[in-house]
Amino acid sequence: MVLWLTRSRNVAHHLKRKWDLVGVLNHSSSLCSSSLHQHHHHHHHHRHCSSSSTSPITNNSRDPDTVSSNSASGFSIRRLESTKAQQQLDSVYDDHDDENQVLDFPGGSVMLTSELRFISETPEKRIKCYRVLDDDGQLIMSSSFQEVSKELALKMYRNMITLQTMDTIFYEAQRQGRISFYLTSNGEEAINIASAAAFTTSDVVLPQYREPGVLLWRGFTLQEFTNQCFGNKSDYGKGRQMPIHYGSNKLNYFTVSSPIATQLPQAVGAAYSLKMDGKDACVVTYFGDGGASEGDFHAALNFAAVLEAPVIFICRNNGWAISTPTSEQYRGDGIVVRGQAYGVRSIRVDGNDALAVYNAVKEARKMAISEQRPILIEALTYRTGHHSTSDDSTKYRPVNEIEHWRVARDPVSRFKKWVERNGWWTHEDESELRSSVRKELLNAIQVAEKAEKPPLSDMFTDVYDHPSSNLFEQERFLRETIKRHPLDYPPEVPV
Amino acid sequence: MLDVYFRNKLTELQDLSKLKVRKLKITNCENLDTVNEVPGCNSIVEEETNSTDSDEEIYSTDDDDDDDDDDDDDDDEGEEEEEESAKEGKTRALFGAIHPRNSVRCIRSKMAAIMQGIGAATALSSSSSSFDSKGFQLPSVKYFPERKATSLVVRSDGRLIPGSNLNARNVSGRLVTNAVAAKADTSATSTASKTGHELLLFEALREGLEEEMDRDPHVCVVGEDVGHYGGSYKVTKDLAPKYGDLRVLDTPIAENAFTGMAIGAAMTGLRPIVEGMNMGFLLLAYNQISNNCGMLHYTSGGQFTIPVVIRGPGGVGRQLGAEHSQRLESYFQSIPGIQMVACSTPYNAKGLMKAAIRSENPVILFEHVLLYNLKERIPDEEYVLSLEEAEMVRPGEHITILTYSRMRYHVMQAAKTLVNKGYDPEVIDIRSLKPFDLYTIGNSIKKTHRVLIVEECMRTGGIGASLTAAINENFNDYLDAPVMCLSSQDVPTPYAGTLEEWTVVQPAQIVTAVEQLCQ
Repeated sequence: MVLWLTRSRNVAHHLKRKWDLVGVLNHSSSLCSSSLHQHHHHHHHHRHCSSSSTSPITNNSRDPDTVSSNSASGFSIRRLESTKAQQQLDSVYDDHDDENQVLDFPGGSVMLTSELRFISETPEKRIKCYRVLDDDGQLIMSSSFQEVSKELALKMYRNMITLQTMDTIFYEAQRQGRISFYLTSNGEEAINIASAAAFTTSDVVLPQYREPGVLLWRGFTLQEFTNQCFGNKSDYGKGRQMPIHYGSNKLNYFTVSSPIATQLPQAVGAAYSLKMDGKDACVVTYFGDGGASEGDFHAALNFAAVLEAPVIFICRNNGWAISTPTSEQYRGDGIVVRGQAYGVRSIRVDGNDALAVYNAVKEARKMAISEQRPILIEALTYRTGHHSTSDDSTKYRPVNEIEHWRVARDPVSRFKKWVERNGWWTHEDESELRSSVRKELLNAIQVAEKAEKPPLSDMFTDVYDHPSSNLFEQERFLRETIKRHPLDYPPEVPV
Repeated sequence: MLDVYFRNKLTELQDLSKLKVRKLKITNCENLDTVNEVPGCNSIVEEETNSTDSDEEIYSTDDDDDDDDDDDDDDDEGEEEEEESAKEGKTRALFGAIHPRNSVRCIRSKMAAIMQGIGAATALSSSSSSFDSKGFQLPSVKYFPERKATSLVVRSDGRLIPGSNLNARNVSGRLVTNAVAAKADTSATSTASKTGHELLLFEALREGLEEEMDRDPHVCVVGEDVGHYGGSYKVTKDLAPKYGDLRVLDTPIAENAFTGMAIGAAMTGLRPIVEGMNMGFLLLAYNQISNNCGMLHYTSGGQFTIPVVIRGPGGVGRQLGAEHSQRLESYFQSIPGIQMVACSTPYNAKGLMKAAIRSENPVILFEHVLLYNLKERIPDEEYVLSLEEAEMVRPGEHITILTYSRMRYHVMQAAKTLVNKGYDPEVIDIRSLKPFDLYTIGNSIKKTHRVLIVEECMRTGGIGASLTAAINENFNDYLDAPVMCLSSQDVPTPYAGTLEEWTVVQPAQIVTAVEQLCQ
C-alpha cells in the first residue's frame, strides 16, 4: 500500500532538502473536498483523501533514535514510495527552519518537538460563549448578529409562549392522571424555537425528546401534540409510543426514540442520504450533556467528519442529566471542545439567548450545506423543570438554584424584553396570547380525551409492511380470547 | 425394451430442459406452480457439483443438487447417486416417481412436471410407486453430452431427481452406498453446453448485490472495509470503483454508529445494506437494531420505513476463536419488526439477497464463513426468492430433519448414510428464521411424524429451541416422537481444532439421532 500524498503548502516549507521526500502529507479538509476528484482515480487502493490511510511506509524502518531530540542531527527521512500520479508534490524545502522538523506518519505530517510537554487537561481559558442579548434583553453592542425582522421575532416569541404554556398544561394534565407521562422543556424554549427558526422544513430533524418546540415551529398543531400524548386514534404514531415521542414525516421530524443518543448516528446517515441526493438541506440533531457521553455521540461526530456529512449537532447542555450534574458527567471543558478532536467545527452559544442561538444556527446551516461538513453547537442553558413527570429534581438540587434560573435567567422573558423594547409587543398581546393558547390547549385535551383509542388491529400492523404468519396467528388468537371473554376487554376500545 | 424406453426418456428430458429454461423467464418467486416443483428437480439449471473445493468440507462436494427453485419446498438434494448412472450396467436408474403421499405443493408441482414432459415416465413410475426404499436396481442410462438437459436420476427410493450432471461425478461404477461424500470433480465437459453460470457463494451474493444496485440507485453498502478493500470476504469486491465511494461506504470501526447511520439513511429514503465483518460484531450494533431498526416503523405509526439489510458471516469457522464463531441468530430472533433469513447455497444466497434488498422491512441475512466458497451453477436470468419460505432439500418419508445454513450439508451427508441404512429422511432447509415457514414444516411433519432439528446454535435459547416450541405448539398431534434437537453445546467455541469440531453437530450424531427417533 502506498501513502496518500497530497499537496500542502504549509508543511512543505518545513522540509529539508536533503530529505528527498517524495510527496508531503498534510490534509487540510478544504483541499480534500476539492481535490477528491482528481486524486481519486490514481489510487484505486486508496480511500479518498481523508487521512485514513493505514499503509506503512513501504521502504524502510525508521530509526527511532534519530527522531528524538536534536533537530540538527541530520534526521533523514528516506525516500518514500510514491504513488504513480502524485508527482506534483510540494517540494519547497526551507533551509532556515531547523527547529521545525517534520515527521510523517500515516495520518499526516507532524512537527517535531524536543520538549517533553503534555497538553494540559484543561485549557487555560474555557471556550467563550457567544451571546447577543444581555440578561436584561439588551443588545450587546459589540456583538455581531443578523437583524431579525419583526415578523420573525414575533413568530419566535409566540412559539416560545405556546411552548411554555403547552408544557405547563400538559404537566398539570399528567399530574391529574389524564396522561401517563410528560417531559417539559422549561428553560430551553430559546434553544427549541430559535434553532428551529433557522431551519427550513426540508431540513431533517432528529430530536432527542426535549425539542417539541422544533415541531411546533414547523406547524404541528396543538391538537396533534395532544393526540399523541393521549394516544388516541388520530395520533400519527397510532398510540404506540409514550407521550412526547412525537414524529411527523411530513414535517421531517423523526419519531422520538427513547434511548439516548441513538439518533446521532442516524442523523449522520440521514445527512449521508441528503448528500447522496445532493439536496440543499441539512440534518439537525439534538442531544443533552448526558447524551454526549454515549458512545454513539463520539462515533457519530467522527463519522460525520469523515463522511463530510451536512449535519448540525446541537447539544443542549442544561447542566443536568436527570440527577447527574455536569461535574459528574464529564471533566473536560464541556461538549464544544470535543468537536475539534473529531475534526468538527464547533461553537459555544448562550442557549438562553434566542438571538444568539438563531444567529449561530443560521450560520452553521450555511456552512454545513455549502461546505458539506458537520457543525457542533453547544448551547449552554439550564433545565428549570424536572427531568420528567417521574422526577422530582428538588431531591438532588437546591430549590433556590432552580428558582434563580427560572426567574432571573428565563430565556422567554429575556427575549420578551428585547421584543417589547422594540415596540413590537405589548402587555395586552401577552395576556391575550397566553389565554388563547391555554384555552386552545384545554379544548384540545377535551377533544383528545373523548376521541377513540386506536383499534386492536393497529397493534399488529406496521411491525412489518405486511403482517407475517406468526403475527397473523397471534392476532387471531387474541381476537378469539377477546370474543370469549368480552367483559375483560375495555369496552371503549374498538377492535 | 427398457433401453428403448430410457432412450426415449432422455429425448423427452432434452425437450424438458428446454422447456424449463423457457419457463424460467416467467418464473419468479411468487410462481410456485410450474418450475422446480418436481422433487429434486433443479429444473432451472444444470446441477453442478461444487467439486472444485476438494477439501473435506463435504458441503462443497456433496451436491450437484443445490436448489435452484425459487420458493419451492420440494426441492430435492440430488445425491451422489447421480454419479453412478453415467456408466452402463449401473445399478442406478433413471426413473421418475411421484410419491403419493407428498404435500399438496409437491403434487401440484409434480403435475406441472408431468405437463412438462415427464409424463410418460411419471405414468409408468406412479404405477409402481411403491418402490422398495432399499434401492431399485435398474440399468442406467448413458449420459448424452450434447444434451442441455440434465438427466433425471432416481434415488434409491425411486424418486425422480432430474437435473444432475451425470458426468460430473466420477465415482466409478459403484453403487453409492457409503455415506461419505464423494469428491466430485467438476466436469468440464458439459459446462459449455449448460445454461446458467457457475459461481461461488460470495460471488453469488455480490451478483445479487450488484444487480440490485444497478436496478435502484438508492441501494448502498455500508461497512468496514467494504469499499476499496472489497470486503473481508470479497462480497463487495469491485463495487466501490463501479459505484463510487459514497454508495459503497467504508466506515470507521463503530458498528453501532454505522448501523444507526444506515437506519437514519433508510428513514430518509436510501436502502442501505450494512455489512458486519462478522456477525459477532453486530452485538455492538444491537441497540440500534433492537431499539430502532425493528421499532421505528411501528412506533412512528408507519410514517417511516426502514428498509435496511444487515448481513454478515457468522457461525463456526476453522479455528477463528470464540469471539469470531458466534451464532447470533437467536439473539436477534426476538426482536419484533425484523425478518431473518439464512442462506446456504449460491442459488439461495443470491435470491435471498435480492429479496432482502427489495423488502420494505429490515432484514438480517445470515451467511456462514465456511460456505463462501461453495460453487454452484445458477440461472442467468434474474430471480428473487421469497424471504419467508423454507426449502425442501430432500423429500422423504420417515423423518423430517429441519436445518439451515452450514448444518444443511452435515445433514445431507448424514442423509447418505441414512439412506444406505434404509431410512428416508426428509430434509428441509428452513431458510427463514423469522418467521418460520410453518406451512412447509407442518406439511412435512404431517407426513413423517418425526422431527429432528439440527442447528449450529447453542442449545439454550437457540433457533432450535424456538422452533421446537413452535412445532410442539402447532403440530403436537402429528408427532409420534418428541422433537429432538441437535445443537452446539453451551460453551464458547474453543480454538483447538478437535474441540471445535466436536462443538459442532457432526453427521454421525445426526445418524444416531435419526436412528433413535425412528425406532
